[in-house]
Amino acid sequence: MRALDLKLLRDLWHLRGQVLAIAAVIMGGVATMVMSLSTYDSLVSTRDRFYSEYRFADVFAVLKRAPEPLAERLAAIPGVERMETRVRAGVKLEVAGFSDPITGQLLSLPDVGEARLNRLHIKRGRLVQPWHADEVVLSDTFADAHGFQPGDTLAAIIHGKRKRLVVVGVAVSPEYVYQIAPGSMFPDFRRYGVLWMGRSALAAAYDMDGAFNHASLTLARGANLQDVIDRVDAILAPYGGTGAYGRRHQFSNRFLTEELKQLRTMATVFPAIFLGVAAFLLNIVLSRLVALQREQIAILKAFGYSYAAIGWHYVKLVLVMAAIGVAAGVALGAWFGQGLAHVYRETTFRFPYLDYELDAGVIAIAFAVGALAAVSGTLLSVVRAVRLSPAEGMRAEMPEIYRTTLVERMGLARWFAAPSRMIVRHIQRRPLKSLLTVFGIACACGLMMVGNYQRGAIDFMVDVQFRQAAREDLALSFIEPTSGRALHELAALPGVDHVEGFRDVPAILRFGQYHHRGSVFGIQPEGELHRSLDRMLRPVAVPPGGVVLTDHLANEILHVKPGDLLTVEVLEGSRPVRQVPVLGITRQYLGVSAYMQQDSLNTLMREGATVSGAYLAVEPGTERELYARLNDRPRVLGMVANKAAIQSFYATIGEFILFYNFVATLLAGAIGFGVVYNAARISLSERGRELASLRVLGFTHGEIAYILLGELALLTLAAIPVGFAVGVALVGILVVAFQSELYRLPLILTPENYAMGASVVIVSALLSGLLLWRRLGRLDLVAVLKTRE
Amino acid sequence: MIPRMPADASQPVFVARGLTKVYQMGEVAVHALRGIDLTLYRGEMVVLLGPSGSGKSTLLNILGGLDAPSGGEVRYLDHVLTGASDAALTRFRREHVGFVFQFYNLIPSLTARENVAAVTEIAKSPMRPEDALTLVGLGNRLDHFPAQLSGGEQQRVAIARAVAKNPAVLLCDEPTGALDSHTGVVVLEVLEKVNRELGTLTVLITHNAGIADMADRVIRMSDGRIAEERHNVQKRAAHELSW
Repeated sequence: MRALDLKLLRDLWHLRGQVLAIAAVIMGGVATMVMSLSTYDSLVSTRDRFYSEYRFADVFAVLKRAPEPLAERLAAIPGVERMETRVRAGVKLEVAGFSDPITGQLLSLPDVGEARLNRLHIKRGRLVQPWHADEVVLSDTFADAHGFQPGDTLAAIIHGKRKRLVVVGVAVSPEYVYQIAPGSMFPDFRRYGVLWMGRSALAAAYDMDGAFNHASLTLARGANLQDVIDRVDAILAPYGGTGAYGRRHQFSNRFLTEELKQLRTMATVFPAIFLGVAAFLLNIVLSRLVALQREQIAILKAFGYSYAAIGWHYVKLVLVMAAIGVAAGVALGAWFGQGLAHVYRETTFRFPYLDYELDAGVIAIAFAVGALAAVSGTLLSVVRAVRLSPAEGMRAEMPEIYRTTLVERMGLARWFAAPSRMIVRHIQRRPLKSLLTVFGIACACGLMMVGNYQRGAIDFMVDVQFRQAAREDLALSFIEPTSGRALHELAALPGVDHVEGFRDVPAILRFGQYHHRGSVFGIQPEGELHRSLDRMLRPVAVPPGGVVLTDHLANEILHVKPGDLLTVEVLEGSRPVRQVPVLGITRQYLGVSAYMQQDSLNTLMREGATVSGAYLAVEPGTERELYARLNDRPRVLGMVANKAAIQSFYATIGEFILFYNFVATLLAGAIGFGVVYNAARISLSERGRELASLRVLGFTHGEIAYILLGELALLTLAAIPVGFAVGVALVGILVVAFQSELYRLPLILTPENYAMGASVVIVSALLSGLLLWRRLGRLDLVAVLKTRE
Repeated sequence: MIPRMPADASQPVFVARGLTKVYQMGEVAVHALRGIDLTLYRGEMVVLLGPSGSGKSTLLNILGGLDAPSGGEVRYLDHVLTGASDAALTRFRREHVGFVFQFYNLIPSLTARENVAAVTEIAKSPMRPEDALTLVGLGNRLDHFPAQLSGGEQQRVAIARAVAKNPAVLLCDEPTGALDSHTGVVVLEVLEKVNRELGTLTVLITHNAGIADMADRVIRMSDGRIAEERHNVQKRAAHELSW
């Protein structure tokens, strides 16, 4: 081995504590990047494989009812490759021993042969057998939540008639990778299930003999999506078609797409912070190393080593440090990635399999990014090392130049004893380095806050949504729009304290080139249960004669402001198109909504007092009996109980939150310790001689520790408020990057978030302080008398 | 609590008996001291002379409470230093010993005055830092940082720092080693003045035989032993020295 390379290895060994601390920071950045990118790749490739193997459709169309022969016209549309019609029924489900209301979606499977599109992957059991009218296949989420096995039974209320069903299989479908009940805010695997049964059996039960109410189709290569959708709509319009839509609007796929987008964001924002901090750390460590090795460098040059050889020597040194960090980061990232993919598969996305893949490209990117951060962080020091002329290098360095600090010139000096002056002057001598150290520590604090932010934000969202806006205990929807008189019947049921009707009209909202597919919600202007909130989250009444939009819908999707005229294309009944003025913008964190007064919406629809469903306040303790009564009402289609929904939501996200907290704590700890420990070690290396001199002069271990650790403590304390600001900024980035139609995170930080951020910094500092305290005890007092540094 | 200096000049300050020191350097045992018997008195100016490796620095370090002997005993007044705890040795250095190093070892972030103050702040009955600096002829350089002072001036600050606490003993390890002859003489004059005016026992290590002439007593060391000990009948003043 060449002599210089031996020197490299020994230098690394000598600096091992710092090498490890830097490698830990690089590891943090690389790990987040690898975790996000590999999970992203895995989900994308799993999705693509699942979609293609199980023939996920490209276009979906919902209609009221059309005779089966119409299917031929759909199949004949140019650009359609495969087409399949189905019967789809909203049902209520009853599971023995579970009293909460359960909504279900029942879909038909062909009586003979496999489905042409949206095929099922059977996890357990089998598909339904032809002409067995009581057999069903359950979605795995629902089956797992209730522990259903093939052979078990449950009841469904289809079209008002209770039907006993036998579970024969448990399956996942590309259509329901993400499962959420229509009108719900969160997935709730116990209270929402998707079921499949034979076409003729379902048609018989749902009164759809020889007819269909759902069609899906795939496009031939090169076909234009919008053209096909337009033709489908034209054919289905007379049959109550509510407008065909592509994958982009398919709920499960849309959520999956949003989640993938967020993973991409995570793969860039967080690694950037880590690697920036790592670059800074490498810079301070290498500048110190070059300062210490001045003489060695000069001697090497005097021997005739070229600038390039010496420069390359130091570049290799940082590359080795970076390589250790990257290798550890790739390993940790792969571990995190598998964990995250597993959490996704358990809690959110139901795939039949998950191909976890760590692409060689991702590893290559990790090494490239790590090397770039390392080299860019140290380039200046390397150049300085190389520039040094041999003669200059061999001369002793002049004593460091210090100045009195501003604080002292202001006359505050008399309050400081000499050790305190040493602290402030040392900090001031390299203000940039001190600032960067403070910023590095602050990053640890900020990252910790981000890691713990979600919990508080979600609590806040839930509070706003369910205790301020949607305060009903139970939301129920009718099979079809119904006269407002139905509300009186509901109000008369035992246990019902208060009833508010609502009208829900599916519609496409258009403004200029922008459009949104959703619905217009007619609520009560003086509603007690369901209210809209203004910017300050105060309840506001929806004014008559126009529509009020939630902020994300108005600002980000439709780009309208109050006073603009919105085009509402109703997707129900005779599908009228109306112009409606925008009257205001309200705040909502979950989903997006367009609200009108129910009366105004009824007028717009040219109908009498009509409701689609009702919000109920229920007397506590009477729920079970009430649910049973409502289940027996044929016109009541679905029910969502808020309290249960919230509980189940927390159960679902709990695992995510734990996972992210774990990752964030580990990584913030790595940064915190990396920065504090390095700063302290550099400081010790720069001042070891003067501290040892002071020990000789009779200063105690504690007194010199005060000088060194006092500086550390001062920087750490200064870093905490900066860290709070960094945390708020990072959360701000997260809020902007993660905002989607499905939800917007509120910029809410709890005192607990701040406490966690501060504590990671304090714990890292204490740990570094402890290690340093021990080193100070081992200072060589005799050596300082003899060496001049 | 160790009592402060006795008035009686004939009373010994340090008494060392049978001092040995063995360093284990890897597999080789280095005998730095091989049995030293030595008594040092108040007000004396003692020069320890000898080539490098003769054990003079080891002896100085043991006297100053920086190192412990492998065998033998050291007493400071009526206290045994051998076997004392780190905390006790620290207190001993803090209250009774002034050190002057070859490379000054000033704190670069503190001015001349503050370098002295760093020590007087923790001493029992110190001089004012200004007085200590005036004593070494730097009354006009109080607020200069080390980087703004010449080597000789830095060493004089170091001497002021050492004497400002009114120590019983001043231990100087090659105080002129890093200085040219002219500047070295100025520094020695300061040491001479401190010894004369404050009556501080001054032990000065050097391998420069020319300096020995300013001492009351010259101890020549060789190979870990005292090779020769002599009293200068005719002490020469520092300004008469040259090398």
